[in-house]
Amino acid sequence: MLKQITVTVNGEQHTLEVEPRLLLVHMIRELLNLTGTHIGCDTSSCGACTILLDGKSVKSCTVLAVQANGKSITTIEGVAKDGQLSPLQEGFKENHGLHCGFCTPGMILRATELLANNPNPTEEEIRWGIAGNLCRCTGYNNIVKAIQYAGAKIRGEELPSTEPEFV
Amino acid sequence: MGHSLKRKEDIRFIQGKGHYVDDIKLPGMLYMDIVRSPYAYAKIKNINIEAAMKVPGVIAVVTGRDLEKYNLHWMPTLMSDTQMVLPTDTVMYQAQEVAAVIATSKYAARDGREAVKVEYEPMKPVIDPYKSLEPGAPVLRPDKPGKTDNHIWHWEAGDKAKTEEVFSKADIVVKEQMHIPRIHVASIETCGCVADYDKINNHLTMYMTTQAPHAIRTVIALVAGHVGLTEEKIRVISPDIGGGFGGKVPVYPGYVIAIAVSFLVGKPVKWIEDRSENLQADSFARDYHITAEMAGTKDGKILATRFKILADHGYTDASANPSKFPTGMFSIATGSYDYGTAFMEADAVYTNKPPGGVAYRCSFRVTEAVHAIERMTDRFAMEVGKDPAQLRLDNFIKKEDFPWKSPTGWIYDSGDYHKGLLKAMDAVNYHQLRAEQAEKRKKGELMGIGISTFTEIVGAGPSKDFDILGIKMFDSAEIRVHPTGKAIARFGTKSQGQGHETTYAQIIAEELGIPAENIAVEEGDTDTAPYGLGTYASRSTPTAGAAAAMAARKLRDKARKIAAYLLEVSEDDLEWEPGKFFVKGAPEKSKTIQEIVFASYTNHPQGMEAGFEATHYYDPPNLTFPSGAYICVVDVDKETGAIKVRRFVAIDDCGNIINPMIVQGQVHGGLTQGIAPAMYEELIYDEAGNILNGTFMDYLVPTAVESPKWETGHTVTPSPHHPIGAKGVGESPTVGAPPAIANAIVDALSPYGITHLDIPITPFKVWKALKEKGAI
Repeated sequence: MLKQITVTVNGEQHTLEVEPRLLLVHMIRELLNLTGTHIGCDTSSCGACTILLDGKSVKSCTVLAVQANGKSITTIEGVAKDGQLSPLQEGFKENHGLHCGFCTPGMILRATELLANNPNPTEEEIRWGIAGNLCRCTGYNNIVKAIQYAGAKIRGEELPSTEPEFV
Repeated sequence: MGHSLKRKEDIRFIQGKGHYVDDIKLPGMLYMDIVRSPYAYAKIKNINIEAAMKVPGVIAVVTGRDLEKYNLHWMPTLMSDTQMVLPTDTVMYQAQEVAAVIATSKYAARDGREAVKVEYEPMKPVIDPYKSLEPGAPVLRPDKPGKTDNHIWHWEAGDKAKTEEVFSKADIVVKEQMHIPRIHVASIETCGCVADYDKINNHLTMYMTTQAPHAIRTVIALVAGHVGLTEEKIRVISPDIGGGFGGKVPVYPGYVIAIAVSFLVGKPVKWIEDRSENLQADSFARDYHITAEMAGTKDGKILATRFKILADHGYTDASANPSKFPTGMFSIATGSYDYGTAFMEADAVYTNKPPGGVAYRCSFRVTEAVHAIERMTDRFAMEVGKDPAQLRLDNFIKKEDFPWKSPTGWIYDSGDYHKGLLKAMDAVNYHQLRAEQAEKRKKGELMGIGISTFTEIVGAGPSKDFDILGIKMFDSAEIRVHPTGKAIARFGTKSQGQGHETTYAQIIAEELGIPAENIAVEEGDTDTAPYGLGTYASRSTPTAGAAAAMAARKLRDKARKIAAYLLEVSEDDLEWEPGKFFVKGAPEKSKTIQEIVFASYTNHPQGMEAGFEATHYYDPPNLTFPSGAYICVVDVDKETGAIKVRRFVAIDDCGNIINPMIVQGQVHGGLTQGIAPAMYEELIYDEAGNILNGTFMDYLVPTAVESPKWETGHTVTPSPHHPIGAKGVGESPTVGAPPAIANAIVDALSPYGITHLDIPITPFKVWKALKEKGAI
């Protein structure tokens, strides 16, 4: 009944015996103990479980572990390299882009692909680009700001102010 | 203070190192899943567990009959009502817990759940709260001795006779019937726990998603004390919490079942509800039907208000309110206006819906109150033909009239409502917007401007009136400073994203001069933190934040004594500046706080207690009254009813600001949780009690697309009684935003005689109203 799969997760290869019905998110959390990938719903609506599968952001609750066989996965634990935060991680921290932190890993992975495809998105493109990821705490203003900050950083431009703006 | 320090907690969250309940994995841990009722009201004829027990990995199925043997099948609610943990005979709402399946894996538990066969005999449920009170309605709670109807309680505030008199003589009386619908907090992390009972030591460690770990420990002891789980044997740990908003205050049956099972089998038991269970069974918020009236003069002076509420509590009153306040703080509904007469009354009823209600990011029913007063203020302005901004400016309580006693008895601590509204009007360019609106109306285009100028009431609360199950609503802080001058501070509250690790450290830094980065903040472990009532109702800064300042001041007093000893001067000769004491007139003679702390361990004065730590339990002398002035601008498409929020300006006044970045972040988030019920969210039930939108597919939490770009600002009117002049802010925007949005939409539709629409105001509702009025 169990199927053998081989996946590369955050650069490390794993060979696992899994039930065919095992969801990828459960493989990541329960078998690999990478608990930074969260579960926020049961209908593929919230995006808390977003990871990169061969560089594409996917909701890992909507993919079977066996479908990831032979593929490469990046979870939030693999985003910082050699202790260096990614531009998005830095953007979220500097711009107060998170409160409770539960949606944050999914947001960062989703935005990673967004910026990889379009390093200079408009605000509207950012808002539509993260529309598959729900945040209940921040009201999204500062998530947009965090992604704009990361975009500037990736483009090598001057970084926007991280001070709050008031009317 | 006043500095936008970046948050200390973020470094773990952005790297996936947050530690939430579902991340806990203990050796030998079992998994629990719950069988739930498909019916809103039914007799349980039989529960057949035979097939479930044959599922590989399933080790037990627990029913109400099993819990009954230990008298654990009922539990008290926070409002001293009673609630089934698991039913023995009857289910009272759809998605009610019916049985629990325990297995060695998550998947086995789910397989087991599917294999449990329950035979029901459905009965006709009571869903409409008005019908619930009709003669002949089935009595839903025969378990309560002497209960012959579905009425729970009656509540009143204000002066009925005087209000009737003012209404009978007033030039103008306006009236609307409004429903503030049932909604759900829907924090992105659902609820769950790991109950870890150690049989050898007779000790329970309960990791759970709770906003109030200490209160929960006491509740567990009250429920399970009779089986030997007394309070000293219980440790509640609330790790990182993925959003709370009030939904993680109550004790849900799942927690109690997990404890019971762990107690019986001696192994850790994990229960994590899924999203649909969370939406369908956990405490709802709101669900107030309000008959709202306002009386005034024809030139626009408000004279009196009258509000009559029917509160639908579902199957049991499981509200999370201070015990003496069945309608929470609803009596703040006289708002920001200077008039002397009001009367409010409420009746609560049972129906076959899930029990509640909780706050949804609001201080105990303040949202309902603010919606009622702010909608009616606009309605009154419409009736007398006055601009709603001007009418508000003409009726506001004046700055110099604070402290101000409201018609329902609250003493507002401070406020400057004129300043806030004028600032908001200026920011949005109000008069130009009105001119634009007039032009658009000539062309038949629909544009609306909505205002909400609300007063909040937070920081519960003074022990004289405020308690939960008898426990007074103080909160606490304990500060320990280590010999090297670095500190750990512990609190009875529990952040769910509010940033306490940063803001509490800033308060202590301000008071003691120890840098915030050298102050670790810990919450959520009842074995280490001092007792407190937890985080909800915007109470953390008003209570525990005050406790932090007071504990730090105790330490500063001690520091002064030690400094005097070290500098060989009298205490009166010393002056404090953040971080050091120096001798008056000789600033070169000084001792830093770090030197003083070190001395407290190495060279303290004889007769003084060694060490450097203090605890403070803060009992607030009054509540705090934050306020705000919000203006929303909408464009409505006449043909489709589609609503576009063009601008939203929010000016908040939460007193002195500890961290402007965090305050702004709270306001942004609260505003999105304000537009949510105003335009998108409602838990909908059909006549049979079926929930029609119990998943994230159809319960519409706003995304970044629906959420406008918020424009925020502030005025600062410090609280005169709070040690650092702060008031609390987390919930103001959720409270203030819905009426601003509703007022804007109704304003857009007002040329067609539309005076009120219930939230959520959807395109269909708008289209239907326009159609009915012959506008399209």
